[in-house]
Amino acid sequence: MFRFVLSRLVLLVIGLVVASALIFFTLRLLTGDVAQVIAGTQGTAAQVAAIRTQLGLDRPLPVQYLDWLAGMLHGDLGTSLVTGSSVSSQLLQKLTVTLPLAGMSLVIGLLVGIPLGVVAAVRNRRPEGTALSVVAQALAAVPAVWGGMILIAVFAVALKLLPTQGYPSDGWAEPGRALRSLLLPALTIGIIEGAVILRFTRSATLGALDEDYVRTAAAKGMTRTRAVLTHGLPNVLLSVVSVLGVQMAALLVGAVLVEQLFALPGVGRMLVADVGVRDLTKVQGELLALTGLVLILGFIVDLVHRAVDPRLREPGE
Amino acid sequence: MTKHSWAQELLRRPAGVAAAAWIVLLVVAAVVSSVWTPHDPFDTDPYSAWQTPSLNHLFGTDGIGRDIFSYVFAATRTTVVVAALAGVLASLVGIGLAALGSLTARWVRESTAVLIDILIAFPTILIAMLLSSILGGSLGVVITAVGIGYGVNIARVSRGEIRRVGRTDYVLAARASGVGSAGVLGRHILPNVAPVFVVQLSLAMATSILAEAGLSYLGYGASASTASWGRLLNDLQVYIAIHPGSVVWPGAAITLTVLAFNLLGDALRDATDPRLRARRATSEAIA
Repeated sequence: MFRFVLSRLVLLVIGLVVASALIFFTLRLLTGDVAQVIAGTQGTAAQVAAIRTQLGLDRPLPVQYLDWLAGMLHGDLGTSLVTGSSVSSQLLQKLTVTLPLAGMSLVIGLLVGIPLGVVAAVRNRRPEGTALSVVAQALAAVPAVWGGMILIAVFAVALKLLPTQGYPSDGWAEPGRALRSLLLPALTIGIIEGAVILRFTRSATLGALDEDYVRTAAAKGMTRTRAVLTHGLPNVLLSVVSVLGVQMAALLVGAVLVEQLFALPGVGRMLVADVGVRDLTKVQGELLALTGLVLILGFIVDLVHRAVDPRLREPGE
Repeated sequence: MTKHSWAQELLRRPAGVAAAAWIVLLVVAAVVSSVWTPHDPFDTDPYSAWQTPSLNHLFGTDGIGRDIFSYVFAATRTTVVVAALAGVLASLVGIGLAALGSLTARWVRESTAVLIDILIAFPTILIAMLLSSILGGSLGVVITAVGIGYGVNIARVSRGEIRRVGRTDYVLAARASGVGSAGVLGRHILPNVAPVFVVQLSLAMATSILAEAGLSYLGYGASASTASWGRLLNDLQVYIAIHPGSVVWPGAAITLTVLAFNLLGDALRDATDPRLRARRATSEAIA
């Protein structure tokens, strides 16, 4: 287990370094002169030169990159080119919206997808099983923003149960209000992700139904459904865990779109705004935070998968 | 397995046929809409804002009196062009990386594999945002982002397949008789990887449609002078409380099209997988 964790950790660090280098160098090489961008078309040559020295842009690119990396290790991602405020402190604050949103969406997705996926498999080729598969196939194709609009129209406009948009300005000071604001956005992502998890759970369960251990249990007098639930479910859950890493990326992309739709002050909405005003140091930090999150969550999923799946253990462990 | 047999297999699957029919319809709509739409999709008329669906305005009108049907119809062009170009680019990136990751010297092969694993963690939408922050948003950026983002997925799937085919006896025989790497790739490996690849291509197109809609919704995709389903969703969002019916059209268009490409991908997978076919043949024989 120790060697496994170590090798995964090395891969995670390589992943983070490559990701940060790709983000940094793509931005710098494609931009040309950042100082000129900040000074604008009206900027004089002297102003541009002053900005360049002030931000350290006159140093070679690799030095600037290493400087950014070193800052990152101290939790400092630089300052905004537009407002001059600290990128890391803003990121941390926006994460208090994005992380709970992603977490709630994941929980909803799992609660919807796993039980209904098992039902769809056990009732395969019966009306209810077919209906579940068809609905899941269709829901997986729904664009998140449209799904969100439908939920707004039903739960906020028609039934007036939840707020249409926005987030309490004092954040988690009143947890109830914050949760209410996050519920519809989390349902939007959660239902769509749940449809994907349902399809995956269904095919894993169908696979389990064919396994010898289910057949043996059925031969000993269990119903097939019971046999799958007692013997097949652990295997099904393990294969669901193994695809969760990939699903994390989908979850965060969903968050970028849904934060915009529901006007939630999260990392995604901040990214969308900063891309518009070309605040490159902030964009750089936000993209690194989001891709880093995907990589770190993937790493955690791998460790969990390894810890709970006895088949992956080395002999003698 | 010949091409003929998978086309036949595909035609035996109702979902595959329906999906292919929808995609053909979309391409026809894209061609027709470039010469004719019932109304000018960008023509505003404040006096006929928010009309309910009628024969004159099949899907009604929006808040500035644009005919929603004409706009949704014209936007098929954007969808078809983005899906086609993103599909081509993703294929080139995917096959290129897969070849680099399977047919080259060991160290190139292994570092390509690591690079593919890292790039997969970059969601397509974030690649598009990275490029948009410098180049500004455009359909070109969307196509490039999907090309890279989904190309990596194609690379991961095709790499395994190329390695498997590369170890077969006929490829070893071809190599032994002096056929070069490019010859082996073009004549022996690509034709055998094609079934897996066609499925991925269909899924890449589904992804490109969702990405285009999402990015155009955010304002980083189609420009204001280009009709796009995602842009229309954004235009209609403000009025969702008063006119919730109007968002049905662009949303349903996106969903049906993404569904069609997903179903086509699934049907192609079933039609090209000989193991599934064998299983079905036995179950039919028993029945």
